[in-house]
Amino acid sequence: MNPVDKRRREFFGQAAAIAGAMIAPGLMLYEYAQAGDGAARPRAPGEPVNSKVRWGMLIDTTKCAPGCRDCVDACNRENGLPGTTRATDSQWIRKVDLKDLKTGKAVSLPVLCQHCAEPPCVDVCPTGASFKREDGIVLVDRHTCIGCRYCMMACPYKARSFVHENTTGQSPDVPRGKGCVESCTLCVHKVDKGGTPSCVEACAAAGHQAIVFGDLNDPSSEISKRVRAAATTQLRADLRTDNGVRYQGL
Amino acid sequence: MTAAGFLRAILAATLLLAGSGAGLVASAAGPAVDAARSGPCVEDPAVMRRSHMDFLKHDRDDTVRRGIRGIKHSLSACVDCHASKADGRVLGSEKHFCQGCHTYAAVKVDCFDCHASTARPSATAAAAAPGRTR
Ligand code: HEC
Ligand code: HEC
Ligand code: HEC
Repeated sequence: MNPVDKRRREFFGQAAAIAGAMIAPGLMLYEYAQAGDGAARPRAPGEPVNSKVRWGMLIDTTKCAPGCRDCVDACNRENGLPGTTRATDSQWIRKVDLKDLKTGKAVSLPVLCQHCAEPPCVDVCPTGASFKREDGIVLVDRHTCIGCRYCMMACPYKARSFVHENTTGQSPDVPRGKGCVESCTLCVHKVDKGGTPSCVEACAAAGHQAIVFGDLNDPSSEISKRVRAAATTQLRADLRTDNGVRYQGL
Repeated sequence: MTAAGFLRAILAATLLLAGSGAGLVASAAGPAVDAARSGPCVEDPAVMRRSHMDFLKHDRDDTVRRGIRGIKHSLSACVDCHASKADGRVLGSEKHFCQGCHTYAAVKVDCFDCHASTARPSATAAAAAPGRTR
């Protein structure tokens, strides 16, 4: 590290310490600021999304059974996806089975768009079609997508699909068509109306309760309480994409 | 004026001259398309004829980028209202609302490559309910 960098670091370190000063035992200044208006107030009709909300998902892999596809099937149904798994078929959420070869410990987990705070797909998009909404949901604006697929290359999670063939039987709420890249939208058409993504609903309805969805910025939301209480991981945290999707038990 | 703008002006003028006022495009000059299931339209029909493409694109980003649902000029809402009473679609033949007029005006839109051209089941039920139908 050169001396200038070192001095800078020290300066920022001190600045951060001051900004995060304790104003009461256990209550940090920045938390206080957030608690003031962070508590999820439903958006009024016609009010745009804002960055007070950060939608996130917590997946408890200890409750996710190998072979269970309830979330995957629900996603396909909700979004009008064919549900086939050829290399060229769209998959917005898929099950991945992992095994630690040393210990033999196996985990099964659903992998979907991680809704990164620093999404590489957005960085590389030449038309601005890949974008992150103020509330943290990463989407493709299919009206500006030219189908170049740079974002698919950039995504570390293999979360995006390209639509290779003509589509039929779309849901009126989920348009999708040939020539564009698509991925998990966190069921934005439902979330905008106060709903919950279909995978989360299906997992809960089947009694697994492996997925929690909610506002990571609202300290009183279930997801915030859970990530505060237990150790959770972001996939490829080394890339510092700061994912909105977190995993427990990995 | 662009070629498209010119076409639009001519078509609008023709349709206005031929306008029956009864809310149906049907006349000697214009295409005969399915009547809406309910009303009124989101704008005056004469304004819609001329400017619906601009409205659709204008409000689109509000939903897609800013998450505002229930926009005034929602494409899925046009379909719910303008779908044929017979088969619930806005495309399919020259009688169908969006296709009929676009064929007449030699316009090709790609919206329905992605967007459903069929009314929601709930909209179909509402249209069938007495009192809601025009
Ligand atoms: C609440 C129902 C409703 C909705 C929603 C609606 N319309 Fe209409 N629209 C009507 C009615 C009623 C008329 C009058 C003509 C008729 O009876 O078909 C009309 C007329 C029109 C006309 C003029 C047709 C003519 O007579 O030449 C156009 C074009 C049109 N609508 C397009 C749209 C578009 C595009 C949308 C979506 C942005 C839309 N409408 C949404 C009910 C609706
Ligand atoms: C390649 C696919 C694709 C094409 C082509 C496309 N759209 Fe969309 N459109 C979408 C998607 C995806 C959404 C987002 C839906 C959501 O978030 O609920 C959307 C949303 C919209 C919305 C807001 C939602 C609604 O129903 O009101 C409007 C308006 C709209 N599109 C208009 C158009 C128009 C007009 C065209 C044709 C000129 C068009 N779109 C072509 C994919 C497409
Ligand atoms: C009254 C006749 C008429 C009806 C009915 C009609 N359109 Fe159009 N539409 C036109 C004309 C004419 C144009 C071309 C205008 C231009 O290019 O300037 C057009 C253009 C468009 C465009 C822009 C196309 C582009 O490439 O820029 C969209 C989007 C569109 N219409 C959507 C619809 C939808 C959706 C419906 C059914 C709800 C509909 N229209 C019904 C006459 C009509």
